[in-house]
Amino acid sequence: MTEIQQLQQRASQIRRDIVRMVHGVSSGHPGGSLGCTDFFVALYGEIMHYDPSNFTMDGKGEDLFFLSNGHISPVWYSTLARYGYFPIDELSTFRKIDTRLQGHPTTAEHLPGVRMASGSLGQGLSVAIGAALAKKLNGDDRLVYSLHGDGELQEGQNWEAAMAAAHHKVDNLIATVDFNNRQIDGDVSDVMALGNLRAKWEAFGWDVLEMNGNDMDEVISTIKTAQTHTGKGKPVVILMTTEMGQGVDFMMGTHKWHGVAPDDEQLEQALAQLEETEGDY
Amino acid sequence: MSIHDFNPTEKKDTRSGFGDALHALGKEDERVVALCADLTGSLKMNAFADDFPERFFQTGVAEANMIGMAAGLTIGGKIPYTGTFANFSTGRVYDQIRQSIAYSGKNVKICASHAGLTLGEDGATHQILEDIGLMRMLPNMTVINPCDYNQTFAATKAIKDHEGPVYLRFGRPKWPIFASKESFEIGKAWKINDGADVTLIATGHLVWYSILAARELEKEGISVDLLNIHTIKPIDEEAILKSVRKTGCVVTAEEHNRFGGLGEAVAQVTSTNYPVHHEFVSVDDKFGESGTPEDLLKKYGLDVPDIISAVKRVKAKK
Repeated sequence: MTEIQQLQQRASQIRRDIVRMVHGVSSGHPGGSLGCTDFFVALYGEIMHYDPSNFTMDGKGEDLFFLSNGHISPVWYSTLARYGYFPIDELSTFRKIDTRLQGHPTTAEHLPGVRMASGSLGQGLSVAIGAALAKKLNGDDRLVYSLHGDGELQEGQNWEAAMAAAHHKVDNLIATVDFNNRQIDGDVSDVMALGNLRAKWEAFGWDVLEMNGNDMDEVISTIKTAQTHTGKGKPVVILMTTEMGQGVDFMMGTHKWHGVAPDDEQLEQALAQLEETEGDY
Repeated sequence: MSIHDFNPTEKKDTRSGFGDALHALGKEDERVVALCADLTGSLKMNAFADDFPERFFQTGVAEANMIGMAAGLTIGGKIPYTGTFANFSTGRVYDQIRQSIAYSGKNVKICASHAGLTLGEDGATHQILEDIGLMRMLPNMTVINPCDYNQTFAATKAIKDHEGPVYLRFGRPKWPIFASKESFEIGKAWKINDGADVTLIATGHLVWYSILAARELEKEGISVDLLNIHTIKPIDEEAILKSVRKTGCVVTAEEHNRFGGLGEAVAQVTSTNYPVHHEFVSVDDKFGESGTPEDLLKKYGLDVPDIISAVKRVKAKK
């Protein structure tokens, strides 16, 4: 099996985890989670340097990841568990009382892998910039990665942050935008059109790359290209086209599965499309 | 110590106490970083910015991003001090503070100048009278409102070694310097005068007015037990209860709306432990307006005679 195939197998298992977690509590956000699964697997399986057995808040000497669109917590939790941050069985506690796997990610429950609460949108880029600046002050050459929703870019704070990252030459940061053109109320282009995103980021002084976020090969090669753009005085953003609900046919092509859980029958239909490669939790 | 021990000869703004202490911290501890949203001069952060440019981050007029960047800088061990006016430090960025700092437990020091009416002529858009309440309501947040240059200097330094988010509130006008630097310990009231008749608890600029009021009251035979509560959260319950058990009544004085501020914090302590009559010297649920600090304090009922009459009113109810 090639390395890419191994990553794809893990992505299939994580997609199963996502729909099972959300089904288990009849709440949560499967659509964006499924769309971004390949990105998370590429990041944690291939791109980032980190030590899951020794999680520290400061993460000195490690690459850091910040999830700004915190509602896609299922994909992040499953990824963190599958890559060794905490026991895989704990995924069954998602959104239940006393869980560390809160509906939206939090540091309050001390879940290894999470360094910032997110869920109220638009705040993650500022935090990632701060963490990247701290790395520079500390002489730490590792990078900071972040993920943002496209609908989330309607929050003005993102553009304050975009300005600041260019102004302060935060060139150790690779931000990614999940560009699936879906948000709760409908298509992003209908709810509040973002216009020409590439032109917007370029105008704010960023290096812009694009990729298909559901092609594992392309995700890895594009992020590796993005790495070669770091250290050159400009922040880097990747516009990542994804399909919301990727991997489950009836969840694709619509915004309706943004924040809706499948019922028993729908769960079976979904799982029939996702191979159990590593064993369910 | 008594109300007669103070003969201030010098006036300085509390914001300069912040700026001078921040500069000193810059020399002492390289973990200290500072961020400012286009008010470096007003916040007296120039010296830090000039001497430690690599640790100073100008964010422009973009307070939400400043708060998020500060939260991020703690990841990696920095101790960020943010600086802007109190209104823009709190109300404007409430959700950013709530999620990225307080809920996330980040070690950020939110430093806010031009709080209350005494910023003066700029008027109500800039005169926040709700900030103590906003910050008190946030779990994990420590809230401090020092009374003069010296206390602000001491507080600015002390919060560096306090792990966790802090809201530090100070102001614009030149104000008498009377507190010793030893007057400040986080969470510990400063006892200014021993008295038997009425407990008077003050914070911020109104501490000096309370000293003046207590002197006048003494001439009329009313003895005031005067406390400075600079740390409004966590509040020094022991000091409050010790005093009201002696006097049986309390007046609180603050440059803040009567909702959410020091007065309510004190009332919560007394009402659940030792209920006493309570008079509030505070703004009566209003926005401010343009004027000199002195004229505004007078018009909004925060002047020395207002404190004196509140003390007499509460004493009469005993």
